[in-house]
Amino acid sequence: MTEPLLAIRGVKAFYGNIMALKGVDLDVNDGEIVTLIGANGAGKSTLMMTVFGNPRAREGSITFQGGDITNVPTHEIAHLRIAQAPEGRRIFPRMTVLENLQMGATVSEPGHFEADMKRVCTLFPVLGERLHQRGGTLSGGEQQMLAISRALMSRPRLLLLDEPSLGIAPMLAKQIFRAIRELNERDKLTVFLVEQNAFHALKLAHRGYVIVNGLITLSGSGRELLESPEVRAAYLEGGRH
Amino acid sequence: MNTQAATRKPLLATALKDATLAALVAFGLFGLLIGLRTGLGPNAALVLTTRFEELAIVVAVVFAGSLLRSLLFGRGPLMAGRFKPLLESRAARIIRRLAVPALFALAICWPLLTYHNRYLLDLGILVLTYVMLGWGLNIVVGLAGLLDLGYVAFYAVGAYSYALLAQNFELSFWICLPVAGILAAFWGVLLGFPVLRLRGDYLAIVTLAFGEIIRLVLTNWQSFTGGPNGIGNIPRPSFFGLPFNEEEDGFAAFFGLEFSSIHRIVFLFYVILALALITNWVTLRLRRLPVGRAWEAMREDEIACRALGINTTNTKLTAFAMGAMFAGIAGSFFATRQGFISPESFTFNESALVLAIVVLGGMGSQVGIAIAALAMLGGFELFRGLDQYRMLVFGAAMVVIMLWRPRGLVSTREPSLHLPKPEPSKGAA
Ligand SMILES: Nc1ncnc2c1ncn2[C@@H]1O[C@H](COP(=O)(O)OP(=O)(O)O)[C@@H](O)[C@H]1O
Ligand SMILES: [Mg+2]
Repeated sequence: MTEPLLAIRGVKAFYGNIMALKGVDLDVNDGEIVTLIGANGAGKSTLMMTVFGNPRAREGSITFQGGDITNVPTHEIAHLRIAQAPEGRRIFPRMTVLENLQMGATVSEPGHFEADMKRVCTLFPVLGERLHQRGGTLSGGEQQMLAISRALMSRPRLLLLDEPSLGIAPMLAKQIFRAIRELNERDKLTVFLVEQNAFHALKLAHRGYVIVNGLITLSGSGRELLESPEVRAAYLEGGRH
Repeated sequence: MNTQAATRKPLLATALKDATLAALVAFGLFGLLIGLRTGLGPNAALVLTTRFEELAIVVAVVFAGSLLRSLLFGRGPLMAGRFKPLLESRAARIIRRLAVPALFALAICWPLLTYHNRYLLDLGILVLTYVMLGWGLNIVVGLAGLLDLGYVAFYAVGAYSYALLAQNFELSFWICLPVAGILAAFWGVLLGFPVLRLRGDYLAIVTLAFGEIIRLVLTNWQSFTGGPNGIGNIPRPSFFGLPFNEEEDGFAAFFGLEFSSIHRIVFLFYVILALALITNWVTLRLRRLPVGRAWEAMREDEIACRALGINTTNTKLTAFAMGAMFAGIAGSFFATRQGFISPESFTFNESALVLAIVVLGGMGSQVGIAIAALAMLGGFELFRGLDQYRMLVFGAAMVVIMLWRPRGLVSTREPSLHLPKPEPSKGAA
C-alpha cells in the first residue's frame, strides 16, 4: 500500500490539564471519504483541530503527504492545501457570501478565483443567487454550504468537515451529503468527515472510525461499522437516521 | 408585536410601572449623590446639608422621561428598525447620496467661508484633526476589531517626534511628518507584540495602560521631553520653503499679497484636509487589498481566519502600525499648529473622544466617522454657553443617539468586493 495522505499516530492533546485525545491513530488515504463518529464530547472536533495545531498535539505525530506537520503553525496548514469547514461553521457574518468566498481563496492563485467561484456556485446554486447577501443573514443550512464552499475555494487536497449536518433541515443535510459524494467521486477530493449523524456518515464513507472518550475503539469500512452491533447499539438504535 | 394590538390601558399601566421602577433606581442612585451634601461649617466642622428639592427634580425628570419613552416608542430597546420608514423614505435616500459630496464641498470651501472668522477656521482645523484621528483609529477598532483605549499615545509620539526633530535637528515639517509617522508606527508594533493574544476587555485595559505609560514618561523624562512644561517654540510649517512672515522672502511677498496671519491658518487647514483625505484614501484602498480584507475577517472570526491561511499575528501588527502611523502624522500636525505641546494634551480624554467618534460613527464607516467628529466637536462648541452643564447635555445626547442607533450612525458595512456584472446564476437544481 502507498502511504496515507494524512496519518495521525499516537496523538495526545490537552485542554489545560485535561486530556481530550488519549493517543489516537487514524489514517486517511488519498481519494477516500473517512468518517469519524462518536458521542458528544468524545473528542471529534478536537482531533480535527489538532490537524490545524489548535490545540497542538502534545505527543504523537501528524503527517500529511509524507511531511511532518505536527508543529506547523496553524495559518500555514492551509497553504499545504488542507481546508476545513469547522464546528459551528464560523463564516464571516457581516461579510457578503462573495467576500466569504474570497477569504476562502486566501492561499490560492488570484487567477483561479472566478473559476472556483463558479464551481462552488454550481455545487450549491443557492449561494450563487445570494452572492451579495451578508453571511449572517443566511439560513443555517446555507451557512453550512457557505462554510464548505469557502473551504473549497483554496482547492484543497484534503477537506475536513465537522458535523456539516448539525442543526439543519434533513433536506439540506441530504443535499450536503450528496455534494460531498460528488466532490469525492468527480474531483477525487479526499474528505475527513466528523459526524454524530452516524447512519448517513457511514453510508457515505469508505471507512470509518469510532471515538469514545478520546480513544479510537473501532474502525472498519463504512458497511462493516453500519452492521457492527456496537455501533448499532450506541449510535444508530433510537438515534437520528 | 402583539402588544400593539392591545388596548391603550395596559400600555399606560406598564409604562407607569416602568417609569416608577426607573424613578426608584434614580432615587437609589442619586439619593446620596445629590440629596445629601457635606460642606464646611462656620467652625471648619463638617456639616451635612440636604438638597431634597434637587433630588426630587432629578427623580421626577427620570420618571417623566421613562414614561414618555414607553408611551412614544413602547417597551424594549429603541432600534433603528422602528424608524425604518423614516430612514427609507426618498428624501432620506437623497440626503444620504448627497452627504459625501456635500461634506467634501463644505470642507474645500470652509476657509473661504470663514476667512474673516479665525474662530470658525480654527474649529474646522480641530474637526479635521479628529476626523483624521477617527479614521486612523477606525483601522484598529472598526476594521480589525481591536479595542484600543490608548490611541492618544501614538498621537503623542508623533507630536513629540516632530517637536524634538524640528528643534534639535532643524528638519523641515515635510521631512518630520513621515518620520513621525514611521516612529509612531514602530511604537504601534511595539504595543502590538505584548497584546497579540489579548482580545476585548483585556486588550482594552492593556492599551489604556500603554497610553498612560507614554504620558507619564513624557511628564517625567524632564531632560528629554521638558517634563510637565512641555516643549515650546516648535517651528511653524512653511509653504514649501516660503515662511509665513512679513519678510521679503515670505509667502505673502512672494505671491504679492498683503501679509495676513490668516494665510498660515488657511494653509494649515488645507494641510490637515489633505492629510485626512490621504488617510481615508489609504484606508479605502487597503480594504480592497488582502491585508485590509484580513483585518475585517479577523474582526469577525480570528480562528476561522487562521484556518484559512491568514497570519493573524502579522495582520494585527499591521493594523496597529497603520493606525498608529496616522495618529503620529496627526500628532506632528498638532505640534506644528500649536507651536507648543505638553503631556496635558495627551490624556485619556483624547483617546476616549476619538473612540467615541469611531463608535458613534458606526465602527468602520468612513462617512459616519466624519459626521460623528463634526457632530461631537461642533456639539462641544455649540454647548459651550451651557458651561458646566455642557458635558451633561453632551452625555445625554450620546445616550440618545446610541439608543436610537445602537450600531452607530452609519451601521451598514459597504462590501469591498462586487461582481463586475451581477449575473443571476443559471440552472438551479
Ligand atoms: N476549548 C476547550 N477548552 C476546554 N475543554 C474543551 C475545549 N473544547 C473541548 N473541550 C473538551 O474536550 C472534550 C472533547 O471535546 P470535542 O472535541 O469538542 O468533542 P466532540 O466534537 O466530539 O463533541 C470534551 O470533554 C470537551 O469538554
Ligand atoms: Mg464537536
